[in-house]
Amino acid sequence: MKTYILMLLLCLSPLAAAIDSRQFANPEQQQAYEQLTAELRCLVCQNQTIADSNAELAADLRRQVQEMLEQGKSRDDIVKFMTDRYGDFVLYKPPFKLKTGLLWVGPAAFLLLGLVAIVLVIRHKKTAVTDTTTGTTPEKLAKIRRLLDEGEHS
Amino acid sequence: MAIFLAIGLNLKPNEIPSPLLNKPAPAFAAAKLQAPEQKLANTDLLGQVWLLNVWASWCVSCRAEHPVLNLLAQQKTVLMVGLNYKDDPANALHWLESLGNPYAVSIMDQDGRIGLDWGVYGVPETFVMDKKGLVRYKHTGPVTNSDVQAVFLPLIAQLQAETP
Repeated sequence: MKTYILMLLLCLSPLAAAIDSRQFANPEQQQAYEQLTAELRCLVCQNQTIADSNAELAADLRRQVQEMLEQGKSRDDIVKFMTDRYGDFVLYKPPFKLKTGLLWVGPAAFLLLGLVAIVLVIRHKKTAVTDTTTGTTPEKLAKIRRLLDEGEHS
Repeated sequence: MAIFLAIGLNLKPNEIPSPLLNKPAPAFAAAKLQAPEQKLANTDLLGQVWLLNVWASWCVSCRAEHPVLNLLAQQKTVLMVGLNYKDDPANALHWLESLGNPYAVSIMDQDGRIGLDWGVYGVPETFVMDKKGLVRYKHTGPVTNSDVQAVFLPLIAQLQAETP
């Protein structure tokens, strides 16, 4: 039991060490803040969002988001501000552009490629089976018929 | 698949392309480290080729980079500006006294706001600006002597030859 409690506590610890949370008077701003910080990448620890990261840069970016929201800036303004400085890489969900096309289309293309491969393999197998049956010569067929007839008579 | 793997293995995820390239240098007007009552603005630097090196006394790789910058400064080919990023001014001044000062001037960015405008995400970083004030090159991480020879000096010579 003790072990379980310890495990549970260990699981909770990252939550307990929660990043400084900001409070907004306006619930819409609060929601926008939480949404934005979960979509912007911390560039120091690249697999974390700025909401998750403890890095100083993430704290600066959170401060920037907060200030811009308080100034009444829109979501798009803030995203533009960030991409103007850090590029598309700052977005966890990169925009669909020529440069990022492969990123978006790639998985679907590979799925399609796989499906086509499966269909081709199945078709090839089917034709291989029919080949062996149609490969029966007329003499063989005659022999089969004769043997069947004999079976019926006996 | 093998091709993608090869491309993936050769990517450097730490080198994020700067969207600032060939765009005007982000505006600033910041207090000078050695003379806090005076300010330096990006507009003061128009008409000359200049280099902005982001540094801090707490930055370990900056220590490795510092002798390279000192050597570059001796050649006097470019105006070198330091952006003292999120640093304690006393520590920063001590650093310059003990390791040498390659910068014509250093400006202070204690809360990291100028750094944010420049898209700084790791120190040291180095930018090169042309006479029109456009950012022409960004280097992330410490500059080495071979970077100076292969990239910085040829680029600086090219930019110096351009008409403002």
